[in-house]
Amino acid sequence: MHASGKTLNGSEIFIECLRRENVDFIFGYPGGSLLKVYETLYEVHDIKHILVRHEQGATHMAEGYARATGKPGVVLVTSGPGATNTVTGIANAYMDSSPMVVFTGQVPSSLIGNDAFQEADIVGITRPITKHNFLVKDVRELAMTIRKAFYLATTGRPGPVLVDMPKDVLNASCVLEWPESVEIRGFKPTLKCHINQVEKAAQKIAQAKRPLLYIGGGVISSEASEELRALAIQQNIPVTMTLQGLGAFPGNHPLSMGMLGMHGTYWANQAVNKCDLLIAVGARFDDRVTGKVETFAPQAFKIHNDIDPTNVDKNVQVDLPVVGDAKNFLAGLLEVMPEVTENRDAWLAEINAWRQQCPLTYSREDNALRTEFVIEEVSRQTRGNAVVVTDVGQHQMWTSQFYTFINPRSIISSGGLGTMGYGLPAAIGAAFGINDKPVILFCGDGGFMMNIQELVTAVHHKIPIKIFLINNSFLGMVRQWQELFHKEKYSFTDLGDSNPDFVKVAEAFGCKALMADNPDTAKEAITEAMAWEEGPILVDFRVVKKDMVFPMVPAGGSISDMLLARLNPKTMV
Amino acid sequence: MKHIISVLVENKFGSLNRVAAMFSARGFNLESISIGETEDTEISRMTIVTRGEDQIISQVLKQLNRLVDTIKVIDLTRQPHVERELLLMTLKLTKTQQHEIFELINVFKGKVVDIKQKSITIEVIGSPDKINTTIDIFRVYGIKELARSGAVAIHRGE
Repeated sequence: MHASGKTLNGSEIFIECLRRENVDFIFGYPGGSLLKVYETLYEVHDIKHILVRHEQGATHMAEGYARATGKPGVVLVTSGPGATNTVTGIANAYMDSSPMVVFTGQVPSSLIGNDAFQEADIVGITRPITKHNFLVKDVRELAMTIRKAFYLATTGRPGPVLVDMPKDVLNASCVLEWPESVEIRGFKPTLKCHINQVEKAAQKIAQAKRPLLYIGGGVISSEASEELRALAIQQNIPVTMTLQGLGAFPGNHPLSMGMLGMHGTYWANQAVNKCDLLIAVGARFDDRVTGKVETFAPQAFKIHNDIDPTNVDKNVQVDLPVVGDAKNFLAGLLEVMPEVTENRDAWLAEINAWRQQCPLTYSREDNALRTEFVIEEVSRQTRGNAVVVTDVGQHQMWTSQFYTFINPRSIISSGGLGTMGYGLPAAIGAAFGINDKPVILFCGDGGFMMNIQELVTAVHHKIPIKIFLINNSFLGMVRQWQELFHKEKYSFTDLGDSNPDFVKVAEAFGCKALMADNPDTAKEAITEAMAWEEGPILVDFRVVKKDMVFPMVPAGGSISDMLLARLNPKTMV
Repeated sequence: MKHIISVLVENKFGSLNRVAAMFSARGFNLESISIGETEDTEISRMTIVTRGEDQIISQVLKQLNRLVDTIKVIDLTRQPHVERELLLMTLKLTKTQQHEIFELINVFKGKVVDIKQKSITIEVIGSPDKINTTIDIFRVYGIKELARSGAVAIHRGE
């Protein structure tokens, strides 16, 4: 124990602990139970407090920051409604394994359980959506609890941790004792892969004629892109990625197959279908990836590397599990891989034939503005040198298809939970974390309205994010399912009559705004937006209303059920 | 098949809730759960009885291990172990059946813990299977109320 020897109150201990955890931003919103902390914060200048306009915004900002930087995002909110407003953001971070520490104020200990003003059992509420959570009952436990919270959030599979701090604990005083190390006997994640398993995996790879790397977000969080690149190129193995894995391997490399799954590329899904060896790294066989599990990679011997043993054999039974950190696994493989391997030219030629057969494409008819064009143009102008944030829906899937991700941590998107309203605050959070690249947000008109209040936060801090609003006046993805599977009953998905004028809305917030409704004006608007550095800029892209995202494997379907085009929705592969 | 799992957890508020909530959130079967302090007052032992195919049980064990408050998870099912449950049961007491009831209590090595004019409360200790049989047999005499502790189990010593 390192004792600073100083007697501090709980609020001062809280701030001092954040300092020692190298926190540079807090995304927060004050309230009754946190008055003492905010009193302390008033004098603090080395940690920047970002005032959000809704606590949900704080959680997504913290996650955007975490995903862009790899450092844990920090949230500070008051008790009761402040705490319950964080639930969606915590659940989102939990599903996507993002490191985050959420601090909630709580009513005084003596009132807990009495239905006190602004009381909510946030520890109870968030138990199933946090990696772990704590209620601090004594100021002398505060420092250790904060230390544990950061350790848990960032060690092993990352995730959100919540610390609930009653008002009396924040007011009470004690001598700060900062624990130099932390030990939790029930938490011993396996980081190092078992060498026998790695050797077996290497042998399988060496013998495979049609291997495929299936890469998830775990490769990004373990910073293993270099190892992945080296392995794929050395062994000539094609790489397909999940939404969270995009950027782990450069999308412009010939071995990149793009995304797999429901809206993945035709060739990636065909490769999954025909491969004889599937090497899953840091991915969890999500239902949006596998479709019908019985027909997923039916011919493949399956290797699964994951840091979380519960992911192994959860959705798909695998042949060779390797529990451990992705970086350790890939580096281990590189060490033990034999030099001579199978010739994979025939396999790569087969995949390329699929690529030629059904490339990603879209209609360029009638000079109408289409989302794919906007995304492709942004990709062309930025050449992958940007952090791209999305909201949830059609534009998100089109981003995965038409933006070429080259670097890790260049896509930030709500994958597991599929949270509409995630994009805007996540983009702001990402922009607080990085300064050397533009931050671009693709957001639908539905999702934009869900956390639009955070536009104030961006304007206030002059955050130069590019908000590319993909405005089709519809909840497009739901509309697509209604068209394909629900008898074209467009039930409550048409926002056309009720949407506001987004340019005026943005301007009222003090945000520069443009509108574009054809490919030429869109191109100009993108150029202008990319050059604008004085704060956020919004471009309202009025895109065609009824486009659909293809290819599409219907939920629970097999690759053979893949729909390739709207003109012929019954066309099966 | 039925599995009996012993779980050592931190003796902290919320530990039981975390385990029970995990079972319901993931749709695992939970037949019984019992918890009490161990020789180390900072650690509690939970005994969980659940049912499922091997793949499900493997997930149950891994998900239990994943909880931060969990220190150790042991599937006792295929290991030498002792398993006991306590049954407290109040039966109707009539003159005509009195004799039979007392004989059966002896058969099940039960104990009378309370006796009134028209009712008798007994305790029986045994494996959950024995407790099931006991309840079945006594049902005909009219069970007024019963309480089961759920199984507790421990490794057999060396």
